[in-house]
This record gives sequence, C-alpha cells and structure tokens, in this order.
Amino acid sequence: MAVISRGFGSRRRESSPDLPPGQFLTEDFPVLSAGPTPDIDTADWEFSIVFDGGETRKWSWDDLMALPIETINTDIHCVTRWSKLGTTWRGVSLDTLFEGIDTSYGYTMIHSYGGYTTNVPLEDLMDGKAWIAFEFDGEPLDPEHGGPARLLIPHLYFWKSAKWVRGIVMHENDDPGFWEQNGYHLYGDPWLEQRYW
Amino acid sequence: MTAAPSVTADWMVGTVTSTAYATPGGRVLALEVPHWPGNLAGQHLDLRLTAEDGYQAVRSYSIASVGFGSTVELAVDQIPDGEVSPYLTMDVMAGDQLEVRGPLGGWFVWKPTDPGPVQLIGGGSGVVPLVAMMREHVASGSDVPFKLLYSVRTNDDAFFYDEIRSLASPTIDVTFAFTRKTPYGFEGTAGRLTKESVERDTIPASENPTVFVCGPTGFVEAVANWLVALGHDPARVKTERFGGK
Amino acid sequence: MDAVHPASGPIAIVRVDGNAVAGRLSEIFRKDMTLASGQCRTCHRETEIASTVVELDDAGLIVLCPSCKHTMFTVVTGPVRTWIDLSGISGLSIPNA
Repeated sequence: MAVISRGFGSRRRESSPDLPPGQFLTEDFPVLSAGPTPDIDTADWEFSIVFDGGETRKWSWDDLMALPIETINTDIHCVTRWSKLGTTWRGVSLDTLFEGIDTSYGYTMIHSYGGYTTNVPLEDLMDGKAWIAFEFDGEPLDPEHGGPARLLIPHLYFWKSAKWVRGIVMHENDDPGFWEQNGYHLYGDPWLEQRYW
Repeated sequence: MTAAPSVTADWMVGTVTSTAYATPGGRVLALEVPHWPGNLAGQHLDLRLTAEDGYQAVRSYSIASVGFGSTVELAVDQIPDGEVSPYLTMDVMAGDQLEVRGPLGGWFVWKPTDPGPVQLIGGGSGVVPLVAMMREHVASGSDVPFKLLYSVRTNDDAFFYDEIRSLASPTIDVTFAFTRKTPYGFEGTAGRLTKESVERDTIPASENPTVFVCGPTGFVEAVANWLVALGHDPARVKTERFGGK
Repeated sequence: MDAVHPASGPIAIVRVDGNAVAGRLSEIFRKDMTLASGQCRTCHRETEIASTVVELDDAGLIVLCPSCKHTMFTVVTGPVRTWIDLSGISGLSIPNA
C-alpha cells in the first residue's frame, strides 16, 4: 500500500459521471477476439436499411457512388476524449439514404461486416450529422480504418462511427449493440483511436 | 557525478525536511529520500500523493539539486485550480511523507563533459532544471561558457533569484527578462520575450550553442520556434515543456 | 488547450513533451525512455521520445511526432490493464546502458 500523505485529497477534481470508480472493464473483455479485419471487395459490397415492417432498401457500391457525395471537414472526438486535428472525409449523407422514408422507430442498430453491432438513436444520424464515408484525406478508406466504407458520426464517440458498415436496422427500443452488451466502456474500445485513428 | 544513475521505476518514500516560501505562489521543498541514487543536472522526478481513501495523484517536478546525496530539492509553483500544487505550496509541512520516482530524463541533461557553449532559457518555474545545471557548472569547476536568459513576471516571482544573481561569473552570464514589472534599478523595460529580444540576449547561432529551454508549453514552443528561425540547429535545441501557456 | 467532448463539454488537454512522461513510460518499459527514439510511420522521421509532443490526462497519453503531428503511440491505463498502441511507429531503438 502506498504511503499516505497527510491531508492530501481535499481538492481533487470531480470524476466523470460516466466513470464510476472501480467499474470499468473486467479482465475478460474480448477486445481483440471479435475477429480479424474484414476484407470486402467493393464488387461484393452491399449496404441495406431495414425499416419498421421489414421493408428493405439496398445499395451496391456503384449505387452509393451515384448518390450525391459530400465533403466533410470535421474534428473526430475519439473515445478517450482526446480531440483530433481537422480531418477531411467524403461520403454520402444518411439524410440522402433515408430520403422519402417514413419511420416510426426512433433507434437504430448499425451492423458491420465481421458481426459487430453498435446502437445509435435515429436523430443522431439525421440532419447532416452522419455519413457513409469511403474516403479519408483524399485517399480511399483502407480496411484497417474501416474501409471500404464506414459510418461517420463526428459528434458522437468515435466508436459509434462503425467500421466496415453493412447496414442499419430500425429498432423500436434503444437496444444495446455488441460492444455495449459486452460492458464496453471508455477504456475498452477495440478501435481505440487517438488523434489519427 | 561521472555516470548516469540507473533508472528506478519504483516509488521511494520521501520525507519533507523543510519548506520555504520562494515566490508569492511558490515554495522550495527539501525532501529526504533515503535511497535516492543521485541525479544529473536537468533531471526530474515524479511525485505521488495518496489520500486516506486511496486516491492518488502524480506530478512531475524538475530537481534543483544535483549529484549524490539523499536530500532532493524541488521548487513548486502554484497552479490555479490545481490538485497537487496547492497541497505542496500551502499544506505540506516538515515531517510529511510522499513518494517519488526517479531520477527521470536522460535527454534534458547537462554534464560537465558536454561541449559548450550552453544557452539556458527559462520561463517561470522552468528555471529550476537550469539552476541545477548552473550549480553543477560551479561544483564541477567547469569553464564552459554558460548564458542564462530567465523570463519571469517580476523579481518576486523568480525562483532562486538571489542565488542566480550570485552565480554570475566570467563563465556564467545571467540576463533577466521581466514581463510585468522590473525591479528598482533594473536597466530595461518590462515586456514579454520576442524573437528580437531572444536574439539580443542569447548566444548567437553562429557559435553553435547547446540550448536548453524549459517552462510552460506555450513559452517553450514560441522560444524554440524563434531559435530555429534565428538559425539554431534544431538538434541542438533541447526543450522541456510543463504544460499550460 | 481545450477540446470539446460531445457528452461532457470542454476538457482541458495538457500538452507537454516526452520528458514529462518518462516516469509513466518507465512503468512499462522499465527504463528511461526519454533517450529512446522512434521512427514515425507517417513521415519516417526518427525522434527521441524526449522531443515528442505528448498530450496527457489521468487516463493516458498520446505521443505525437513533432514533425508531422501524427500519433506515434498511445498508452491508456485502465484499472486492471494498460493498452499500448504502437501502430504509429515503425521502429523503436533504446540505448543499452
């Protein structure tokens, strides 16, 4: 046990409300056991959205490239709360993909190649806040960083910007995804990404 | 000292033996650390405090003392809203125990066998490792030309002010730059360092000095950029940033 | 220097250099790493750890190349494990002494 320093500790900072002491990760958190980096050819790539009632919309890579593409300049806030310098992406806005659809469900489950899932409220995907991104700083997104396409939601924790995205399923409730279910917390992001992910 | 002490990655207990007010917000502390392996000029230590409920905080401090011996001297400046510096500058008293780890840092170090000339540039409490270097210079009888440029708000805010002035010698040149108010009798006006004042008050790049710059991050980065712009080889400019502006 | 986190608002980030994290790194590498040098995978510049720019908080530290500012490595300390990501450096050399 460390030596106690008399009288120390009265001026400590408030700890973050979402980091209760001692309740972080368990030893057996499956950080790297969730599988290798998926390797998807754009010829085989497909993206779908499954709406309430089961209606599905699908896009092939060529379909995606034919949609309006935006340039997104943003700071990425990674899970460990360190900010990143400005980055430039290109992608298709989720608003474009959801155009003309009526959904009464307020939540989504994002599915990735490789089986990962993460949950995101619908409102965090709409109104210019999210994209399917396939280019980073002028280069096609490489598989290590989530390519050929990943979800990009700059205003949320970066681990919500799911790599290797393959689809969105509408959910009525805010059901937890794979990482959320596995007790994922601040320090356990397998996509632990610092300034340059 | 002739050889670098081995690194100790483990914590050692230190007992505060004396505290002295040095500046309006700062104190000089002497610690007795029985197993201290000694340190080179410019090295620092990590200091760890543990509260009764187990909460811990660790901070790094440059060491003002140099050489062998179990007494370690630190100078601590108070940071507003800090967690540790208010404890060390206001609460801690002789007899209190804390833990230290070190000595640390093999790069921001001056040894008497290193070639000169040497330019030291310090901002605020960044002068502490530079004072250690000046003390080593004197203790070793070195004749390497040393020049110190110390930027500080007022002379009251200067750590080791009297000692620094007394260390001035044919081989140690001391220049103070007061940013807020100059002391009575001082020739020169108050103001922050500029590229021009740095050029005026430091060893020119043409003499190829080793330059040590220490202080808050913003200060160090500004000064280092000026030095490079003035022609100093970046490889000969060694910096140590504390954080902050 | 501040960053804004979407959930909790402005966070102060402390930016120092590799000297300042000598202690933390010695817990992992069991020696003083300030004289170690790493080659940045992005710009290929070789830098002493002491010269790197480091951003740190209680949880961890990010070591950045002083030249291109890309991340060289990160160390994040949880209560039970420490994660080290070395993917930003292509080589590390450490003095033997």
